[in-house]
Amino acid sequence: MGLRSYIITRILLTIPTLLLLLSMVFIIMRVLPGDPVALHFERRGDPKQMEEMRRILGLDKPLWAQYMDYLWGLVDIGYYLEHGYPNLGKSMQTFEDVGGQIFSAFPATLELAIYSMIIASVIGILLGVISSKSYNSFIDHLIRGSGIVTYAVPVFFLGIIFQLIFGVYLGWLPTGQRISPNISPPATITGLYTIDSLLEGNFPKFFESLRALILPSLTLGIILSGIFVRLTRTNMLETLRLDFVTAARARGLKESTVTYGYALRNAFLPILTMMGLQFAMLLSGAILTETTFSWPGLGRYIYQRISFRDYTAIQGAVVMFGLFVTLVSLVVDILYAYFDPRIRL
Amino acid sequence: MSKAETKRRILGPLIPRLTSLAKKGPSGWMVIIGTIIVLALVIMTAIGPWVTPHDPTKYHGPIRTPPSLQFPMGTNHLGQDMLSRILCGGSLMLQVSALSVLVCFLIGVPIGLFSSYIGGIFDRTMSLVIDAIYAFPGLVIAIAVAAMLGTGVVNMALSIAVVYIPSYFRIVRSQVLSIKELTYIEAARAAGAKWHTILLRYIFPNVIPSIVVVASINFADAVLTAAGLTFIGLGVTIDIPDWGWDLTSGRALIASGAWWVITFPGLMIILLALGFTLIGDGLSELLNPKLQR
Repeated sequence: MGLRSYIITRILLTIPTLLLLLSMVFIIMRVLPGDPVALHFERRGDPKQMEEMRRILGLDKPLWAQYMDYLWGLVDIGYYLEHGYPNLGKSMQTFEDVGGQIFSAFPATLELAIYSMIIASVIGILLGVISSKSYNSFIDHLIRGSGIVTYAVPVFFLGIIFQLIFGVYLGWLPTGQRISPNISPPATITGLYTIDSLLEGNFPKFFESLRALILPSLTLGIILSGIFVRLTRTNMLETLRLDFVTAARARGLKESTVTYGYALRNAFLPILTMMGLQFAMLLSGAILTETTFSWPGLGRYIYQRISFRDYTAIQGAVVMFGLFVTLVSLVVDILYAYFDPRIRL
Repeated sequence: MSKAETKRRILGPLIPRLTSLAKKGPSGWMVIIGTIIVLALVIMTAIGPWVTPHDPTKYHGPIRTPPSLQFPMGTNHLGQDMLSRILCGGSLMLQVSALSVLVCFLIGVPIGLFSSYIGGIFDRTMSLVIDAIYAFPGLVIAIAVAAMLGTGVVNMALSIAVVYIPSYFRIVRSQVLSIKELTYIEAARAAGAKWHTILLRYIFPNVIPSIVVVASINFADAVLTAAGLTFIGLGVTIDIPDWGWDLTSGRALIASGAWWVITFPGLMIILLALGFTLIGDGLSELLNPKLQR
């Protein structure tokens, strides 16, 4: 199968997965026991007021009609072109479009995710390679041990400790904003502050937004790196035992060339794919990290909406997370197929 | 092997089994240390209410006192003794995670066994549904379910279970698919064994080790997810001490530098999750034939 037909098949296969996912969210939020409107008023609402809210939000229609509205909202291109975001319904709290609120919060989450992923990959690959090179030695046990410990640390606990040390005691780094309140954020092009400020050519803004990113992305990156260390270590251990590595050593190549130029280069692809698969976990962590650092992304949006009992908004955010994960796994698969032709067979 | 012998081999006296684990190198030690940590925390939580120096829910000292002789772990923003709260604070988390593991086991394993054994359309549909849940960020599903079900120990356990049922299904399914092609299953079928006999007596026992591994990792994840749900505002709101609740409410105090309010509950959660992770990781390496040298 050529690359193009692989991509087309893969995209077509995404449609049923996506439909299933969206239906699942719908079942959880609408079909499972628990009436969102009654829950919103904590079961003490005035029936008339509740009826009014149901009508405005379209929750008075039969379930199948609600389901159709819900799916149509996501594919309605006309609405998207008019507003710049899909129709995800209206908020129970403010009656504003949930889609708009989510789309303005999303870039913050994306930026945090990207930087955390970079930190986790660098730490993970570096420590994983070191660990596999000194297999069964003290260093190997130490690195493996710390990998297990990071897995057991709640991400928000690490975040709070970092805030306490670097923000409160040492006062080195900002702990609760994307950019200092005295500085206006860069003009929105991509929504990622670091990239937008570079596009503007404004270096002070770039460094400010980078400074704000350090603690949140370090928190999330460190927590995630535990899994990356393990993935790299196992893959490298398998690769280092292969014949071509022995052959390279026999030819008298330097050990560092053998490790990085031969073994890591070959183990890299499976490692990258596995890392792509951890993306869902990264997003789970991002929700808690954002809440800890008051990072104005999708995770904190969910956190705030929970306290308002704003179920339509929560549903919208959950859908958005689902779409994002599906898109990422699609991209990872396509990249993998591009780099490794065997996958396309 | 007689039935009694099988039983003895599986359950065995615990102590000799633990010492034999120690001979299996670092992975064996991981299991031992993990078991000790978990047992210690369970015992601590069980006897906690009888040994606390103060009533964990009453207000004793001045608020936010740093650790001292009277309050070895300080007091929180309500003036409650942190040490007493730490001693009793594990019960909610242990209940929630144990219940969620039980629910996962009771739902995930039978579906996995049945679906992969009969195969066909049913199996393919189940796999598709399970994979869709599996690919989703776990905490997001747990949040959605917990938000709709409302708070409470059972509801929290259910919302965590939804996230981890796929792990059980997948591991059971992959094992059954390889086992059911083996010769001894074919022999059993040829000898006229009924399908449920084959499934329960010949296949299921061989899947148990993998399930144990998944269950211990599931325990660790459930502890962390429960803490996460509490942190995000979907915790159990009853007046009993809970590490997750203490950590969450202590977050508001960090600007004042009251490190003791968050550090101790945080460390307890880490310890509990670590115990289960050690058991799971150690067992999975002991049981992995690829890594046995």
